[in-house]
Parts: sequence; C-alpha cells; structure tokens
Amino acid sequence: MANKTSISQALGKRRSDIHSQWTKQLGSTLGESSKGRLSAAEVSQQAEQFLDRFNPAVQSQKLDDINGSEWTEVRAFLDDLSRRRVAAGFSSDETATFIFSLKRALFDILKEESAGDAAQLADNIWQATLLLDKLGLYTIKSYQKTREEVINRQQQELLELSTPVVKLWDGILALPMIGTLDSARTQVVMESLLQKIVETESQIAIIDITGVPTVDTLVAQHLLKTVTALRLMGADCIISGVRPQIAQTIVHLGVDLQGVTTKANLADALALALKRSGITFSRSN
Amino acid sequence: MQGIPILRMGEFLLVTIQVDMHDQLAMRLQDDLTNAIAKKNAKGVLIDISALDMVDSFIGRMISDISGMARILDAKTVLVGMQPAVAITLVELGLSLPGVATALNVERGMQLLRKSLDESDVDPTKR
Repeated sequence: MANKTSISQALGKRRSDIHSQWTKQLGSTLGESSKGRLSAAEVSQQAEQFLDRFNPAVQSQKLDDINGSEWTEVRAFLDDLSRRRVAAGFSSDETATFIFSLKRALFDILKEESAGDAAQLADNIWQATLLLDKLGLYTIKSYQKTREEVINRQQQELLELSTPVVKLWDGILALPMIGTLDSARTQVVMESLLQKIVETESQIAIIDITGVPTVDTLVAQHLLKTVTALRLMGADCIISGVRPQIAQTIVHLGVDLQGVTTKANLADALALALKRSGITFSRSN
Repeated sequence: MQGIPILRMGEFLLVTIQVDMHDQLAMRLQDDLTNAIAKKNAKGVLIDISALDMVDSFIGRMISDISGMARILDAKTVLVGMQPAVAITLVELGLSLPGVATALNVERGMQLLRKSLDESDVDPTKR
C-alpha cells in the first residue's frame, strides 16, 4: 500500500509547491486565449479552491472511483467551474486544460518525492494520470451538459416567442410566422391559433409567412393542415406574405394550395378579411 | 338505450352531442336524424359538438356520412363548435371532412344556414 499513499503524502507535504507550479502552468497554457476573461489572481484562487477539495478526497485513498461520496465536493466544484467557464465563453478544451495542466505540477513533485525508486515513481504517475484523466473527462462532460442546457433553454424560448397570435380587428386574428417551420413548431402554432380562435370567436385567421425563409413540401403540408383544422372549427384562413420565390417553389413542388386564399402581403389579406366581415372604410376629408 | 335528442327549431334541426359517442350511438343517430329530416321536412341540420373533446376516425366518418345523407334529403348540414384538439386530431387522421360546412358556434351556424337557404330560394327565380 506504500505506493498508494505516496500521492496523498506528496500532496499533503508539498501542497504549496504544487499550487505554485500548477498556477504557473495554467498561466502559460491558458495565457493567450484567456486574456481579459480570467485574471491570474482568479486562476490562482480557483487552483487553491480545487486543491482544498482535492486534497481530502485523495487522502481518502479512493482514487479509482471519482463518483464516490468522497469526491462529491470535487465534482461540485468542477460543475461550478464548467458552468462559469461556459458563461465566460471558454471552449471545452480550455476548460479541461484546467485539470490537465495539474499533471505536470503533480508529476514533478512525485518525481522529487520518490527519487531513486523508479518502480514506485512509475506506479504513482500511472495512478495520478488515471485520476486526473477521469477528472478532466468529468469536467468536459459537465461543460457539455451546461452547454446543452443553454441550447435547450434557448430552443424553448424561441418556441414560445415565435408564435404570437395577434388580434387585428374584432373577429380577425393574425399569426406572423417567423423562422423555419418544423413539425413541433407547427403543432404549437396550430394549437395556440385554434385556442385563440375559440377564445375570441374570430371567424378569420391570417397566417403571414413573410418571415418564413423557405417553403418545402413538408412546410406546405403543415400549412395545409393548419388551414384544414381552422376550417373544421368554422373559421376562414388567409395565407399572406407569399414571396415570389416561394410562389415559384410551391408550383414547382406541385403542392396543391387550391381552396386556400393566398395574398402577397398582409395589407391585402386584411383588406379581404374586412370585406368578408362586411366592414367598409371611407376617407374623411 | 338512450338516443341523442334531435330538437326542431323552425326549419332546422339541432343535434347537440354531449356524451361520448360510441359506435352504436353514432349509428342510431344516423338513423334517427335521417328519419327526422324526412318527417319534419327540415332544410338544415346543426350538429353541435362543442362538448365533444375526443373523436376517432369512425365518428369523423359518421359526421361526413350524415352530411352526405342530409344533402340527398335536401338539407344542409353545419358542424359547429369543434374544439381545437378535435380539429387537430381529425386533420392528423386525414379526415378533412370535405363538403361539410362548419361554424364557430350555434349562432353563427344558424346564420350560415339562413343565408344559404335564402340563396337557394332566390336561385330558381333567377333562372
């Protein structure tokens, strides 16, 4: 068991040396990219905090399993670190370098501590490599998880933001669609529009596709589904904002939009909707 | 077994479906309604499904069938008050109910029936 204890011994005895060497390493590896984002003092502080938690975990002798309860504090620290690095805009390799650069410092100290005993040195270094690799991979995993959370949240927000149903007139609703239509979005759009139709007892809905970049067969099919559902509920539907290229695409694709009223812009669609509702305007001089 | 009541409102018939439609009930409704149209000489039928929050393909087809039968008996069918979830389900099932008129609520459905009745009354004189 002697070789197992010596990592923890070295760490206990030469902690400040490890810290200073590690900080130096961190400074040189992170040097260029982290300028302005992370000060040397912060790096040194983070290294100190990590060693605070790393040391007792190593003393517990459980070096094989970083998922054990002894490593809870270390894992929490790495989670927090990755989260902050994501927020600061670091890349995943820059984040993992934090752990990997500890190798050099730790190996140097181990070399000094077990000078003369090559077998023990090799053993210790192997142990340390395994441990630090695991911690490094854990950091990357945590980094990715945080990134995915951010992406998911943004997707959700986009979904909610992108489907406003606006009331243009008494009995006339408009739905300005922005962005590419996929099945999930169409479902949300359809539901919110139909719900609003029931709430406001509107008879005409205008779907404005000015903000839809491309229309393919799938998108056209989604639009047709929405139109059909609206008709089943007893409301009329006008599609507006059809750009010339989109009109060409629709015809080339052979999509049948007959039976659906389409207009080139929202103003025309509103004029038609008003006319159908029997509302007329006159200019007063 | 209790059937679905068919109310007479002037020239029109009003059917309000308030219970879950099972297949037997649907068949009976078809039977009762066609009989009622013939007997009462109705010109229009309003089917109110606002209380229905679930449909299957059978009910969808039945509604479509009723509309077709009524048309042959010279009555126009208007389906009113469909819930959003029901509309989405029907679309996903591929049942777009072509030829069935729809309206948001009974009031609007009645307006629609009156209008179409007026038009059909006028038409022969024009010819």
